[in-house]
Parts: sequence; structure tokens; C-alpha cells
Amino acid sequence: MNSTDKKPLQKVCIICAKGSIEDVYASLVMANGAVMEGIETRLFFTFFGLDAITKKTMMKLHTATVGNPAMRMPGGLPFPTLLGAIPGVESGVSSMMRSQMEKLDIPPVDEFLEMITAGGGEIYACKLAIDMFKLKKEDLSDEVKDIITIGQFYELADGDRTQIIFT
Amino acid sequence: MSEITVNGKTINLNDEGFMTDSSQWDMDVAKELGKLDGIEITNDHLKVLEYLREKTAAGETLTIRKVGKSGLVDIKGLYKLFPGGPLKLSSKFAGINKPTSCV
Repeated sequence: MNSTDKKPLQKVCIICAKGSIEDVYASLVMANGAVMEGIETRLFFTFFGLDAITKKTMMKLHTATVGNPAMRMPGGLPFPTLLGAIPGVESGVSSMMRSQMEKLDIPPVDEFLEMITAGGGEIYACKLAIDMFKLKKEDLSDEVKDIITIGQFYELADGDRTQIIFT
Repeated sequence: MSEITVNGKTINLNDEGFMTDSSQWDMDVAKELGKLDGIEITNDHLKVLEYLREKTAAGETLTIRKVGKSGLVDIKGLYKLFPGGPLKLSSKFAGINKPTSCV
């Protein structure tokens, strides 16, 4: 097999618009995985996804225990929505998810962002959402390269073998 | 499948260039494998390769995070040593299997 016959991906632009643990980690794992494969990587956070790059919230992401049909008890039994509404349940479930990920050597959000930029990946915040949530550049993680518009994002997505992924 | 010859020894490689018999590995093999990908293997590279082989022998799953915390090299340095494949290229040169982790 000749590797020149293949046309590997050259660039991925990943958009993270949601702020729950699973949505943010899906974006981070895909972005880091792309960097590790030598693929040029740009990660764009918008709307509630901004929680993942906002200093105050990035280490306190949550998962939905109410209205989440895929939610299960540790043994696999269904997770009653009303149980998810009890105070403290959601934070217990979220911290359990974080500790499970730590066991698999999946880093916390701040360290994950550093890993992505260490390999040359670039992290951006959406200008519109930043204005809407009244955030400033200094509220964001130092790993964020810039606050850009959607037009600038499309400019960054140039090239033949580029994919845009929306999570 | 392909093969390379190092110090008179025949080393078999799979379609992706990974060694099929990890026990044949030594420093000279690593240097030859590096050449195939255009990377000159230095002592800094070898330290990482030996670390990866040790951890693999101990049955641990490898991640770049683990290498970054090993004290040998940080993650930025790891990318510098193995451009475009911090875990994949290093595993290849270390004569171990293609990594199976997602981080």
C-alpha cells in the first residue's frame, strides 16, 4: 500500500456550541486527536460552549440529569428524571463523570486546552456570543488565541482537505 | 508488509511501518525507523522510546499526557521531537504497536 495514494485530512475546524461535560469533551477529544495525527486544528467556541474556555466556569462543567434519556444508574438501570431534579444529584453525577475520565487519563478542561495548543492547535471564541454574554478577553483562558467573527472562522477553514465539524 | 535490514538483521514491518516483532528492537533499529520518516533519532528521542517500551511491557495504556508527566519531556517538547505524531511516530520508532488510546 502506497501512502501517497491516500488523501489524509489536512485541517479540521471544530465548533463547540454547548457547555455540558459530554459536549465539551467530544470537541476537546476530537481536537486533540486531530493535533496528535498532525492535522491542522482550529477549535471555535460559541454560545454555551464558551463555558469551556471561561476561567470561572471551565473547571465546573455539568451534565444534564434531567431530560437526558441516555442517563443510567451505575448498574445500568434507568435514571428517573425526578431523581435528577433532587438538589445535589446533578453535581454528584457530574463529579463522578469527571473522576471516571481522570482514570482514563483524560485531563481536566484547562490541561486539555494546553495540550491542544502545545501541539499547535488554535482556540478561538465567537465574538457574537462573547458580546451577548458580556465577556471580555481577560475572562477567557490564556490558551484562547483570539475572539473572531463567523466570517473570520470561515476564512480559517480554507483549503481543499478541510472539514468543519459541529458538535 | 515490508522489511528493512539493520546490522544484518531483517526487521519486518507491517503496512503502516510498525515492527511486527517488538523483541527485535534496539537503538540502531530505532535510528533506521526514524530515517524512514525523515527524523534523526537523538538521545532525547531514545529516552522517550525507552519509556514507552517500559510502560508497554508493564501493560499500561500510553497517552501523550502520561509521557508529558513522566518528567522526560513536556507535551510541547514531545511534539517537537515527533512532529505530527507525538504518540504514533514515537510508538513506531519504539517498535511497539500503534497506540490504541484517544488521548
